Amino acid sequence: MLNKQGRQTTPNAGADNSGPAGGYATIGGHKGLEHEEPLIFEQGEPGRCGVDLPAPANVAERLGGLRRKGAIGLPGLSEPQVIRHFVRLSRKNYAIDMGVFPLGSCTMKHNPRLNEKLARLKGLGDLHPMQPESTVQGALALIDELAGWLKTLTGMPAVAMSPAAGAHGELCGLMSIRAALIARGDARKRILAPESAHGTNPATAAMCGYTVDPIPATADGRVDLEALRAKLGPDVAAIMLTNPNTCGLFERDIRQVADMIHSIGGFFYCDGANFNAIVGKVRPGDLGIDAMHINLHKTFSTPHGGGGPGSGPVVLSDALKDFVPLPYVIHDANGYRLVEQDESGKSFGRMKGFHGQMGMFIRALAYMLSHGGDGLKRVAEDAVLAANYVMASCDDVMSPAFAGPCMHEALFDDSFLKDTGVSTLDYAKALIDEGYHPMTVYFPLVVHGALLVEPTESESKDALDHFIMVLRGLAERAQSKQAADYFHGAPYLVPRRRLDETQAARKPVLRWKPAQDNKAAAE
Amino acid sequence: MRYLGQTAADRQAMLAKIGVADIDALFKDVPADALNAAIELPDHRGELEVERHIGALAARNLSPADAPCFLGAGAYRHHIPAAADHLIQRSEFLTSYTPYQPEIAQGTLQYLFEFQSQVALITGMDVANASLYDGATACGEAVLMAQRATRRQKAVLSGGLHPHYRGVVETLMRQTDQPYLAAPMDAEGNEDLAALIDEQTACVVVQNPSLFGHVRDLRPLAKACQAKGVLLIVAVSEVVSLGLITPPGEMGADIVVAEGQSLGVPLSFGGPYVGLFAAKEKFLRQMPGRLCGETVDQDGKRGFVLTLSAREQHIRREKATSNICTNSGLCALAFTIHLSLLGEAGFTRLAEINHAKAVELAGKLDGLKGIKLVNGSFFNEFTLALPKPAAGVVEALAKKGILGGVPASRLWPGEKAAEHLLLVSATEMNTEHDMSALRSALEEVL
Repeated sequence: MLNKQGRQTTPNAGADNSGPAGGYATIGGHKGLEHEEPLIFEQGEPGRCGVDLPAPANVAERLGGLRRKGAIGLPGLSEPQVIRHFVRLSRKNYAIDMGVFPLGSCTMKHNPRLNEKLARLKGLGDLHPMQPESTVQGALALIDELAGWLKTLTGMPAVAMSPAAGAHGELCGLMSIRAALIARGDARKRILAPESAHGTNPATAAMCGYTVDPIPATADGRVDLEALRAKLGPDVAAIMLTNPNTCGLFERDIRQVADMIHSIGGFFYCDGANFNAIVGKVRPGDLGIDAMHINLHKTFSTPHGGGGPGSGPVVLSDALKDFVPLPYVIHDANGYRLVEQDESGKSFGRMKGFHGQMGMFIRALAYMLSHGGDGLKRVAEDAVLAANYVMASCDDVMSPAFAGPCMHEALFDDSFLKDTGVSTLDYAKALIDEGYHPMTVYFPLVVHGALLVEPTESESKDALDHFIMVLRGLAERAQSKQAADYFHGAPYLVPRRRLDETQAARKPVLRWKPAQDNKAAAE
Repeated sequence: MRYLGQTAADRQAMLAKIGVADIDALFKDVPADALNAAIELPDHRGELEVERHIGALAARNLSPADAPCFLGAGAYRHHIPAAADHLIQRSEFLTSYTPYQPEIAQGTLQYLFEFQSQVALITGMDVANASLYDGATACGEAVLMAQRATRRQKAVLSGGLHPHYRGVVETLMRQTDQPYLAAPMDAEGNEDLAALIDEQTACVVVQNPSLFGHVRDLRPLAKACQAKGVLLIVAVSEVVSLGLITPPGEMGADIVVAEGQSLGVPLSFGGPYVGLFAAKEKFLRQMPGRLCGETVDQDGKRGFVLTLSAREQHIRREKATSNICTNSGLCALAFTIHLSLLGEAGFTRLAEINHAKAVELAGKLDGLKGIKLVNGSFFNEFTLALPKPAAGVVEALAKKGILGGVPASRLWPGEKAAEHLLLVSATEMNTEHDMSALRSALEEVL
């Protein structure tokens, strides 16, 4: 059956979840373990409450006459209602704890539960950020210890700990570079970045007032050195380069890139999103970089949590190590100090409230201590091994974008789907019915119909073999040219099928509103 | 190594399939002298050893659970319902990614829609985004947004704005040499910001309650802003105050930013927290960050997706409204669960309790040994003028096992007028005993 857009609404065979056998739909709308769940706003009743709070003392109000009049409009639910609501919602999500999550560039690795436990310890999870220094010596020591691991692993002399995520780390790195340039009286205007860069790179450069000049790639997926040379000039502040790059390849000319950018007095910013491929194995400091952010929520396993929080410390070279954000931790004979005001005259100022993502620091340090130097090296090796294994196991039925070996990500283009009527998106959606989260699709932009697979070191060979069987099977099914309709309709076995994104953007509904408001708006 | 799944035999089989002899063959693009650098770090450890190591660090800190705690200044100690912390640890929430594949992320998307709805309701605004890093960075983004929306540059920053928020704005403005006018410290709560507006002004940023605790009627300021086409940005660093105080939206705010930590998010020494960002609908397409919207699926069922992404970095690159990618998803979930548990009645009552505790505490301390309450109005935090420099008093209190407040001099260093000022907060966590302990300790150290 086709819907209005001409899309198949039911699969050809065997994948119909529209109702139990015999053609009956369920009476109440739920389907076995899968529950339809209204919004909390549609379940509330005034007078119901999920907490018990004592009556407040009777005091003379001191709100300056600004007590709120009228109701806010929040729904009232009991605790069991709230728990059931969020448990039911949770079951509509895919997660790394359920299966392979090969989302390229995102490093969806196992999130150890020990780390969750430790982040909640009394004396860490409940510390107030404005406690006197004398009462938080252990917390400052923890930040310093994590900083030590990051410096050792990268071979860099300094690290700024406060950035809240990868993009925030990029901002930190560029602000550091800008401060260093201004300090030598040489503010510059241009940032070079490969066409394959993460969108955060150009967006960050723009926030710092730089224009972005794209560098093309060579046929083998690396920075084109000749093109780079042609773009160099005295107004270039820095190059932003991801290494391993977004095509999953190591920039083998990285030292030449560093020499070239340094030769014109510019700085080398490395996007460290893909550090997982080389952690414990290669020190970026040995390759000539000046700044690199590290996504603790990628390489060091702090949970992605459905989109954050993250943490993005930035390691800095000797040339940049004084140009740091506030605050930072130092220690001397009297113990640890949190430096909140610029003492050197070189800091570029504050980037966020308080001192950094402490909850993520605790988790990341626990992860590092658990692995040790030996285990972290093995992380990189197993991550790279897994990606190459996927590539080698699929290269006859899928189309690797570049010749291997790859690093921790296997990148395919869509030429294996040519003339099948199946797009990269269709292929990805069909993976969902097979019990997998799709790989990253249509990124990097430099590869047509890109499919970027990052299996990570967390997967056993057995898990990879099953995943490979499915990747191959779907590729072969597409190539049979008999199944285009099936792919166009996928996914089928999910709480919601393909969603109408055009409608969402054309008539944005971004919040619940009480019924009478909706009516008023319609009139 | 308990987190790694390959056996030696697996690795050999995989290398054979790839067709290389050893693992280093896969790293052949790395300059040879940089590969397998000697990295001096300890070897791997078991759970027990790691737990001991980090437990020992925790033990070197004074936990607010063991000390009467009156610290606020942008981060507040509140009770987190057991259900909230349990639910955010469910695998399907904790270990999922940004909802790029909406068919298998409806759980995350629906709670983000609920989060946006709650934030819009409590701030009194039309729309809210799916979170930013924290209150301070949300404040910085709000100023950048006001510049885009007004095509003017100058930001006027209140002297009652949290210096961390102010610092973030200043850092961002300096990157592009934008002008800003930072008003002098306003401990008394009587600055006249309208007088600072001129033709170049894009926005006025004011905090309510202010850093020093004053609750202000922002309507006259909103009117003055509106008359000159200036956007009023209101920052709220204690979100529980919105349970009791007239919301900024009702007072004429164009953009509201807030720190959401107080609902569901542990103090955790300053992060991760959750930045709330709400605005009038007409500024929708200038907003930073992710937005979750309602739509239908192929079968006509209601569902949710990330939307209006043409504003964002992964589509718009250097023309994006912000560079933000990862936000504060799990903290937003904690916020949403806590506020769902509270509901209208619970949120109001929690705010009432906080206010009552603060009124009670202010009454106990005002007049004690030369202490003067600075505020006429406040919510759950107020400013005391002490007869001595506050930093030393706080240290002396800490030695007695009391976390007695935040010295204003820590936030306004070098500002003479800040030296004797102490910010004191009270929440539902503070007992009668805590308050008496603070009172008697102050009697001793002053």
